Amino acid sequence: MTLTTQRVHLDNGGRAPWHPLARQALVQALDDGWADPRRLHAEGRRAARLLDGAREAVAAVLGARTDEVRFTPSHTAALHAAVAAAAAGRRRAGSGVVVSAVERAAVLHAADAAAGSSGSPGRTVVPVDRLGRVDASAMVEAVGRRGVALAALQHANGEVGTMQPVEEVHAAARAAGVPLLVDAGASLGHVAVPDAWDLLAADPADWGGPAGVGLLAVRQRVRAVPPGPEDEDPWAPGGVSVPLAFAAAVALEAVEADRVTQELRRRALVDRVRAAVAAIPDVEVVGDPDARLPHVVTFSFLYVDGEALVTELDRAGFAVGSGSACTSSTLEPSHVLAAMGVLTHGNVRVALDRSTTADDVERFLAVLPGAVARVRELLGVQGL
Amino acid sequence: MSRPEVDAEVVDARGLRCPLPVIRLAARAKGLGPGTLVTVLSTDPAVRYDVPAWARMRGHEMVSDEETDGTWSLTVRLR
Repeated sequence: MTLTTQRVHLDNGGRAPWHPLARQALVQALDDGWADPRRLHAEGRRAARLLDGAREAVAAVLGARTDEVRFTPSHTAALHAAVAAAAAGRRRAGSGVVVSAVERAAVLHAADAAAGSSGSPGRTVVPVDRLGRVDASAMVEAVGRRGVALAALQHANGEVGTMQPVEEVHAAARAAGVPLLVDAGASLGHVAVPDAWDLLAADPADWGGPAGVGLLAVRQRVRAVPPGPEDEDPWAPGGVSVPLAFAAAVALEAVEADRVTQELRRRALVDRVRAAVAAIPDVEVVGDPDARLPHVVTFSFLYVDGEALVTELDRAGFAVGSGSACTSSTLEPSHVLAAMGVLTHGNVRVALDRSTTADDVERFLAVLPGAVARVRELLGVQGL
Repeated sequence: MSRPEVDAEVVDARGLRCPLPVIRLAARAKGLGPGTLVTVLSTDPAVRYDVPAWARMRGHEMVSDEETDGTWSLTVRLR
């Protein structure tokens, strides 16, 4: 008898397996939505209807108007465009951009570019605490300063799962007349996203939709000037793929339909992982234990090369992520772990998919202590 | 920040990638008594975060942290 080992994929943040309904939607949209939606003939109009329907479906989930929702070439492109456009729209107020220290690199880099070198206040980076939660009062204070064009705060951190105080910061930003960009790239489709944003970016590939398309919602009240040369669709020059946008919207509707059930189920599995991992010697389970995403859990093992552990687990049939950079050419470890002041080496990031079972989790927890012990042994770590 | 203390034990981990600088530091600390100062030299930027995190996990005290020409020098007082 042959024992076939089923691989267990626990690296589902930012790239999850396609939802079955998204696959079906893609096939349907390849038939009905292949044409250019900007053309006036029947085929073009049919594609345009699919695209409009996709925007309408996403708008309903966000509590937005259909004309406030746009598809972009990717989540990263949505973040870049949002920062540049909102900053350009506020040029008369100033060029300052306020961000948390744990925003995605795309936001940090875009903020750098938008804030420019033209003096104060430039880019203000607000620190986070040991759990990865931004200092809300410091961010509120920074947003209220003169010359601030834009603020950006993620809804939740995709690396460590910690939820951010977007409602408190949004209230302060509104009072100051500063638009707030909320990156919901790790949260939309997994938890309810509050109406506490002026611009919102999200990632279909994170909720079981396709990669190669992103989402950007901009409230009508926000003055935004998209960057780049003139184009019929300045938010997505050349237009987006209608089949991908349609599949993304269908996937979002599908995951929203049983979101609460999936939230509770995965929260319980993550609680199980947090408790079991904490029993392994010399480990820090990082991120907020309560105010967190339901499906993400991150931990760092002392005296462990994170990438060696990823490889060891991969060999055993388990795919996990890591924010360590002990063997990569980048040298710099995860800026999120660094900002939190937690151990950056030996890091493992687990993001559970909707298809991840309790049995998958138990099998992972059964092999993890041995894998950690083996990579420690390779480095000659004993009794330290 | 002060200069690395003159009477500190020095662990030269230059050229080593994480987690080796922290492992070398921990190995040296093992044989030393409470109150001893240990300085680790490293060219791996991760030591900036990992040595303080190690000290916190082990109850040691960070004394100084400085960088010159790509070499970090971090000093810990053992508990």
